[in-house]
Amino acid sequence: MEAVEFTTPKTIDEAVQAMASKGDRARALAGGTDLLVQLRGGRRSADLVVDLKDVPELNEISYNASSGLTIGAATPCYRLYADANVAANYPGLVDSASLIGSIQIQGRASLGGNLCNSAPSADAIPPMIALGSVANVVGPNGSRQIPVEDFCTGPGRNVLEPGEILVSINVPAPPANSGASYLRFIPRNEMDIAVAGVGSAVVLDGSGQNFVSARISLASVAPTPVFCKAAGDSLAGKAVSDEAIEEAARLAMEDAKPITDMRGTIRQRIHLVGVLTRRTLNIAIQRARGEE
Amino acid sequence: MASNIVLSEVEYNVVGKRHLRPDGVDKVTGRAQYGADVQLTGLLQGKVLRSPHAHARIKSIDTSAAEAYPGVHAVVTAADLSFASLSREQLGGDYQRVKFASNHVLASEKALFKGHPIAAVAAESQHVAEEAVKLIKVEYEVLPPAMTVRQAMEPNASLLHEDLFTSELGELSDKPSNVASHMAFETGDLEQGVQQADVVLEREFETASVHQGYIEPHNSTAFWNTDGQLNIWCSTQGPFVVRTSVADILRHPVSRVKVTPMEIGGGFGGKITAYLEPIAALLSRKSGRPVKVLMSRTEVFEASGPAPGTWMKVKLGVTNEGKITAADIFLAFEAGAFPGSPVMQGAACALACYDVPNARINGYDVVVNKPKTAAYRAPGSPQAAFAVESVIDEICEQMGMDPVEFRLRNASREGVRRVEGPVFRRIGLVECLEAVRNHDHYKAPLEGPNRGRGVAAGFWFNRGFQSAVNISVNPDGTVNLIEGSVDIGGSRASIAQQAAETLGIAYEDVKPTVVDTDSIGYTMVTGGSRTTFATGWAAIEAAEDVKTQMVERAARIWDTPIEDVQYIDGVLSHKSDPELRMTFRELARQLLGTGGGITGASNVDPSGEGNGFGVHIVDVEVDPDTGKTTILRYTAVQDAGKAIHPSYVEGQMQGGVVQGIGWALNEEYFFNDQGQMMNSSFLDYRMPTALDLPMIDTVIVEVANPGHPYGVRGVGEVPIVPPLAAIGSAISHAVGQRIDRLPANPGAVLEAMS
Repeated sequence: MEAVEFTTPKTIDEAVQAMASKGDRARALAGGTDLLVQLRGGRRSADLVVDLKDVPELNEISYNASSGLTIGAATPCYRLYADANVAANYPGLVDSASLIGSIQIQGRASLGGNLCNSAPSADAIPPMIALGSVANVVGPNGSRQIPVEDFCTGPGRNVLEPGEILVSINVPAPPANSGASYLRFIPRNEMDIAVAGVGSAVVLDGSGQNFVSARISLASVAPTPVFCKAAGDSLAGKAVSDEAIEEAARLAMEDAKPITDMRGTIRQRIHLVGVLTRRTLNIAIQRARGEE
Repeated sequence: MASNIVLSEVEYNVVGKRHLRPDGVDKVTGRAQYGADVQLTGLLQGKVLRSPHAHARIKSIDTSAAEAYPGVHAVVTAADLSFASLSREQLGGDYQRVKFASNHVLASEKALFKGHPIAAVAAESQHVAEEAVKLIKVEYEVLPPAMTVRQAMEPNASLLHEDLFTSELGELSDKPSNVASHMAFETGDLEQGVQQADVVLEREFETASVHQGYIEPHNSTAFWNTDGQLNIWCSTQGPFVVRTSVADILRHPVSRVKVTPMEIGGGFGGKITAYLEPIAALLSRKSGRPVKVLMSRTEVFEASGPAPGTWMKVKLGVTNEGKITAADIFLAFEAGAFPGSPVMQGAACALACYDVPNARINGYDVVVNKPKTAAYRAPGSPQAAFAVESVIDEICEQMGMDPVEFRLRNASREGVRRVEGPVFRRIGLVECLEAVRNHDHYKAPLEGPNRGRGVAAGFWFNRGFQSAVNISVNPDGTVNLIEGSVDIGGSRASIAQQAAETLGIAYEDVKPTVVDTDSIGYTMVTGGSRTTFATGWAAIEAAEDVKTQMVERAARIWDTPIEDVQYIDGVLSHKSDPELRMTFRELARQLLGTGGGITGASNVDPSGEGNGFGVHIVDVEVDPDTGKTTILRYTAVQDAGKAIHPSYVEGQMQGGVVQGIGWALNEEYFFNDQGQMMNSSFLDYRMPTALDLPMIDTVIVEVANPGHPYGVRGVGEVPIVPPLAAIGSAISHAVGQRIDRLPANPGAVLEAMS
């Protein structure tokens, strides 16, 4: 590999300036668990690597019962599941933060990096979508907010313009009687890429017997993470039942447009979307009822 | 862990104890020197350019831009190999062998697999070398690949070698073919055996290419001095084999090649072939500087030697009493790009566990556009056992017969003749089967839905071959033991133990060192489960030589005839004069003043290797929604002859099982339709991780090998033989469908269930 320049800005402004100075030849570095592997493997090239780990706003976790959770884009996974507020209020996020890669990877890798790497198989994106999260982006022309389901545009591609960086992700405060869950299927038990993944979030009524709303999102079954609006909406207002869950799973399977590759076949992946939608909805329901 | 079953009758002082390994401290502190650690003055870094195509004619190679790139010191291609300047007449009957060996190192006319070396660069740094290889222009004519034995055996298959003719039971065919050879073993009368059977079952099987998956990638550093001396430092199971290969390919005298084996991070049979050594040597000769070449993990997968994918058919005939009367077996093994799959070993192992009166085994060695296969732990036996043991399991299921009882009724024992000829001496299969039958695991019922239990047996020959050991006595009463066997699985310890036992001194008083090819006699590879047996034997003989010389010296000091001196348990004494007595240590202190030091030496080629057997039990649970298999419990039982170091025997058994689990469940080379491997990383080549495995319980059975002074049998390879079949059968019972192809990954099991 050729030599690359490296810089460690201390503020958002400096970071944006550095990113803008090289346009699409600049790459932002958080944990580096994707970027460094890609650069060394020749799958990406860059003239400038901008290390964002010294920018304070990118390394904070803050929670507030009304505005929800703000996760700095470079915050490593382990800090999420070690945070009492996150553990208590966002078990669906903890599900993915604690299964990405391995313990060692989770010490470096961040949810923000996972989003910006924009892999179809990203484990952190479906629960963020299911929870209605918003990405806070800053660039040379100011800041903008992008719903996470609109962030990725293709494998490894997203809406970030040259010079823009992801500063943080906002996850709304969990409504009463709500729960979320993420599961992925891998042939092994760690260090693997999802053959398929499903994140589900539900809001139940006070009785815990009826759906108020639900959101479902898929990994590894399309060029981008998939937000299954119809599947989630199908549950709204229905009583919690196997039939309702089955119908949502069927609709989620319809949204899956996978390919056959070394990790799985089309048939297997669509089947797994059904299995995992049922399983994640059931876990989310249990969590909403406070049963778990 | 269940208690081991010791059937040998001799008690030893050092042998059979769990001593600390001599190389332990260096390895756990990171100070052990591996091939990638080699640093020499003026060292250059090499990089190999590899074919992006599985099958292509090389029309031209232009290296001029790479040669002109700043920091580049040498570029080599096949034109730099000796073969390029040798005529067919000069090589005579050796022509095709040398051609294949040379073309394997660097492709000349054709690239035969993705990753096939095309050219190599030596440069000031790894980065310069990487940039420079990109500047080499290669013009290819891409050809359709033949990726599996079935494709390659088709009449219209794309031919890898226009000059390869089938060796058809010894006769050369008249038409070129991808089938390099067809061999057969036969015994008894197959038709009659089938007629005697009450149940006849025939099944077909396939297994995928898999890799040994050693942690340390291949590496080689070479320095070709101006006087013609070529020194090589590398990671290898066999420094003498590397020396022979390099001398052969480079047409350089064996005596001018010195190979220093560095510490080795796993081999499993895959680190015998010299892949990088000839390339590093050529780059060094051209640049005048030492050159180091390392493989990345992708290069290891794509261009070292996996175990063959296979296509197999097994037909067995069995009587109602559960006696096998007939076996008809077809084995077609992928050789990879050049001939030489282990189909012969697979054929010889296929029925070795059983006394089969009537049998025919046909084996086909087939070239395909994949890297040339290499040995992998009991090469050929796991695949053959998968096929045969699966059919036995299905027959037992149909007949309602206990699979251990069935195997006991047919088990090979002393005096049984194998299909390929040899007659078994004392072996321990029956004892292993009895140990399984009596084991808690086998007696415990397996309850719950989606669960299944599998049992399978496995065989490996084990090997003898040449080994050398020198033992020098130090003035403090310790000894230095010099050996040529690379230590992969704790053999420094197991060989030192045998020397200490023979000399009657403490284990800690033997200091073993593995040396280069200039410093010890010819020693065959660490492989074939031979090292503790054969190099151990050499250590025993060298120790006996030391004892003889110590007796002579004591006799000289005491001025008494040699016949009057005895050596018992490390003490020299006069047979009739109790005043004359010296410990080994006391005499060692006097050696330098009484005639000089003592060195015992041996070169051996023992033939008494004891065959190895193992029987495994596994319980699995399959998730009916996803097809994913979880191993609930695993027990491996194996005859070790005499376990010199029981912990390392258990480690070998567990390691073999783990690799077998990977082979059975998830590991495979996944190719796209152009024959390019898509999963050449540990991320997507799914070896089991620690979280995928239960504790592997082991039971060592000791039926002493009469062919070794301490009863040793090889232990390293047998444990990878039964897992494929045991797990396949367990999954079959769990899901109610037979598993006839591996890997039985979740997708495949899901398909089988639907």
